[in-house]
Amino acid sequence: MVGPLGSTLDENWTAVLAGTSGVAPIETFDVSAFSTRFAATVKDFDPSPYMPAKEARKMDMFLQYGMVAGIQAMQDSDLEVSDEDASRIGACIGSGMGGIQAIENNAMLIAEKGPRRVSPFFVPGAIINMVAGNLSIKYGMKGPNLSTTTACTTGTHAIGLGLRTIQYGDADVMVCGGAEMVTTPVGLGGFCAARALSTRNDDPQAASRPWDTDRDGFVLGEGAGVLVLEEYERAKARGAKIYAELTGFGMSGDAHHMTSPPEDGAGAGLSMQNALGDAGLAADGIQYINAHGTSTPLGDKAEIEAVRSVFGAAAEKLAVSSTKSMTGHLLGAAGAIEAIFSVQAIRDQVAPPTINLDNPEEGCDDINLVPQEAQRMDIDAVLSNSFGFGGTNGSLIFRRA
Amino acid sequence: MSSIEERVKKIVAEQLGVKEEEVKPEASFVEDLGADSLDTVELVMALEEEFETEIPDEEAEKITTVQLAIDYIKENLG
Repeated sequence: MVGPLGSTLDENWTAVLAGTSGVAPIETFDVSAFSTRFAATVKDFDPSPYMPAKEARKMDMFLQYGMVAGIQAMQDSDLEVSDEDASRIGACIGSGMGGIQAIENNAMLIAEKGPRRVSPFFVPGAIINMVAGNLSIKYGMKGPNLSTTTACTTGTHAIGLGLRTIQYGDADVMVCGGAEMVTTPVGLGGFCAARALSTRNDDPQAASRPWDTDRDGFVLGEGAGVLVLEEYERAKARGAKIYAELTGFGMSGDAHHMTSPPEDGAGAGLSMQNALGDAGLAADGIQYINAHGTSTPLGDKAEIEAVRSVFGAAAEKLAVSSTKSMTGHLLGAAGAIEAIFSVQAIRDQVAPPTINLDNPEEGCDDINLVPQEAQRMDIDAVLSNSFGFGGTNGSLIFRRA
Repeated sequence: MSSIEERVKKIVAEQLGVKEEEVKPEASFVEDLGADSLDTVELVMALEEEFETEIPDEEAEKITTVQLAIDYIKENLG
């Protein structure tokens, strides 16, 4: 994992459990004219232990983040890709927007110096499927090679489609996740213009405050998360380190509005319901929900409405938190890092907190939103939600293996 | 001011991620220095930038070794 709280999983997870904010003023370009001037960027990123500088130079930042996260996941899995099983090992790693920095830089280069100055590495260094592509080249993975692009649900869908690919029998192992880096003038400008971002410039670390009455939009995050999905019997047979079992995947569409959910969160509810059905779990089988909870006025409330409608009386016993309060919103990578946090929650039997939740909004305050501090608890199953522009929803359920 | 040879070698080393001492005159970009077809396109672009010239594609295709690059620059800029 590469994220706003560190360039490894351990750093990010330790900081999340401690309730640390990864938000800071943007220093990589002049933001003085932007309405939002802060983000949860990746700090002190160094790809050199993972790839030669010559390779890194050809990749947009989102690809570098994705590659580093992918290599970390492969190393942690101890997976060997042999000649016999190469065709059974694939990858599905997406991005919401892809190489926007490379697009921006090359557009400016054309305006300034003409088309002859566009790098031959521009296209392969910017297109969305190149984390999956480059990883497969590095490890010789000859199975399905895929990528998803479903806005902020990208990472969740990538993992879910990886699961389906294995369940259907097209592969035995799928390396899945998402990568994102749009903290650039065009990326930031676009989200500012959509009025999607918090403008709490005087106190950036308090800006991401899901369900709090003073929330005013999300905080742009960046990074990548990748995990290795392996067919259970195969993983057991090789003595793999099994963190959790992915047992449910649900999807839905809002069919409502480009950027806003319906107030009752019906699409979100359907996605969760489908995941529960897929996992064969009753509503009271879930103990913790890693919410989409981006800190937008409408979205946070709609998600709670959806939780209430799906979980009914069982909602009272749930812990629901948003790690975006600390990491910001990693867009296409959000579902991936949050799936990993969900797995970690099972492993360590702890629900990470929602920081900055000083005054929960009315109507959300009867649910345990894990305010400010992590909570130790028995966790058998976790549900992780993602919802994206276009009204695209996805939910994953992980269980203790 | 560095000589044309030195400037070419420096660019080749930077672009292809190799040490300058490996950049011998007879070295082939693809066979000796590990370049692929896209690397060679970018290398020619870097030479164009450094020497403020335009190398037509049909000429660029013939520049396959360090010496050929040096020769081309000398002939066309000398």
